Amino acid sequence: MSTETRGNTLTFASIDADAGLRAALALSRPDIIDTVSASGMKGRGGAGFPTGMKWNFAGSEKGDEKYVICNADEGEPGTFKDRVILTEFPDLVFAGMTIAGRAIGASLGIVYLRGEYTYLRSHLNAVIKQRRAAGLLGEDVGGVKGFDFDIIVALGAGAYVCGEETALIESLEGFRGEPRNRPPFPVVAGFRNCPTTVNNVETLASAACIFAKGVDWFKSFGTDRSTGFKLFSISGDCEQPGVYEFPFGITVEDLLKEVGGGDAKAVQIGGASGTCVPRKDFSRRMAFEDIPTGGSVIVFGPGRDMLDVAGNFLEFFVDESCGQCTPCRLGNVKMLEAVGMLKDGTCSAEYVAELRELNVTMQVASKCGLGQTSSNAFMSILEHFGDEIMDRAPQAESARS
Amino acid sequence: MLVTQQEQLRTEVTALVDRLGPGRSSLIPILQDVKWRYHDIDSDAMQIIADLLDIHPVEVYGVATFYAFLDPEAQGEFVVRLCTTVSCELAGKETIARQLETELGIAFGETSEDGRFTLDHAACMGMCDQGPALLVNDKVYTRVTPETVRQIVAECRAAYSGHAAERQGGYLV
Repeated sequence: MSTETRGNTLTFASIDADAGLRAALALSRPDIIDTVSASGMKGRGGAGFPTGMKWNFAGSEKGDEKYVICNADEGEPGTFKDRVILTEFPDLVFAGMTIAGRAIGASLGIVYLRGEYTYLRSHLNAVIKQRRAAGLLGEDVGGVKGFDFDIIVALGAGAYVCGEETALIESLEGFRGEPRNRPPFPVVAGFRNCPTTVNNVETLASAACIFAKGVDWFKSFGTDRSTGFKLFSISGDCEQPGVYEFPFGITVEDLLKEVGGGDAKAVQIGGASGTCVPRKDFSRRMAFEDIPTGGSVIVFGPGRDMLDVAGNFLEFFVDESCGQCTPCRLGNVKMLEAVGMLKDGTCSAEYVAELRELNVTMQVASKCGLGQTSSNAFMSILEHFGDEIMDRAPQAESARS
Repeated sequence: MLVTQQEQLRTEVTALVDRLGPGRSSLIPILQDVKWRYHDIDSDAMQIIADLLDIHPVEVYGVATFYAFLDPEAQGEFVVRLCTTVSCELAGKETIARQLETELGIAFGETSEDGRFTLDHAACMGMCDQGPALLVNDKVYTRVTPETVRQIVAECRAAYSGHAAERQGGYLV
């Protein structure tokens, strides 16, 4: 089995999950939502939607049947922080889910655990059982009369696209994981057509921390527009890969120093759907106002061929596109073909220009984030490493560029 | 599928439906259980599941073929999935891929004739800091080297049940 790598000490280790839960349960439902809104926390999955606003939308909907879903379908290439959180701090996640349930008025929470993490299921179920025995799940949770909340674990079955919240809900309902049209958003009509909040594992754990330690404490980390601390999954060509915690706003350069990746040629931030940052831009910051990220950082050393990297990501998207939207289903195939042509030196600069147009089509005409972002990495690699890549083109064609 | 096998499967799926409820939400857990038990989901199984959930069998087929882990095709008792993501590639995935192919005598996407092994790729498994990583059924192996490939395969061969193709117990806990 695996031995955990750890870069630095995580704040999560020093938080009492149940102190957070008790503090939240002492508040009225609107006050819970106001606290999360005041913290300025944005979703830790990468999209960065304000958590307080999401809870407020779901909480304002009429009806008794509502759901809290914990998105543990951590499938973005290069991301593994949720695996560490679920392994080491499941109580924080469950406390966060319970707080969300109280806030929006739900009585069931579902952890959608990706199939690749099946081995974590028995561990999570054991913790849930303990929490039921301790009165922290079940009827009258934490002694609050009339607040019934329970949590179950549902398993995914190997589909990256199910990390998209509406595809995740389709999967939970027993369908192919194909994203829905939005609106309506899940906060209005989600699981079983009821108001549903879908939050990332780290978001829920961080919510429990906010109640345990207070809004001011949370806002003392990070930047004005990206409050709090963030877990980063660091892999690739560096001395110390692993899960690290940094405040939002850290520069790529400082992060690389911490992990021993000082000689990097480029880093891929945000996974396969993220963006490739070349060395000259290492002064940029990891925050929603600069480089938004779910925390995946893949480091590429000086000798790496960036075209191979682009090809690897595109192969992934060709496999994982659900196939609903034509620009995504076929666009990724054409992009991958182009990587092969570039490798052979048979891709003209004219065709590269056409690929850029195709990229725009994919961004505007794909329904979900997968198709909208799948060619980002290739495009940024073309932009920053164009010389290196187009070098392989036959002379006659590269001269036209 | 023999009539007796069909009857056995119908009894098993009926028990699952009783436990999970007759709603559509039960479909994926049922498919996971059938796949886990029999290593495939054949057309008889799809028909039985469809009957008991009161949906068209094509719905069952559509769902089973969508998810990588519910592949209806027959797979080996040990499904070995090597992570293909770029972090594992940087960590030397190609060497491990070649080693797996030679050790098992099959190419990626194939199942060994004795039904023991299926070799496949997996999308990112979330072990990027400890690559190369692979899954054998639900079990994760990290920092795999050519030598550990040999050990992993030997472990599987030793654990192979030899006769009964179906697993006892259930996938659900």
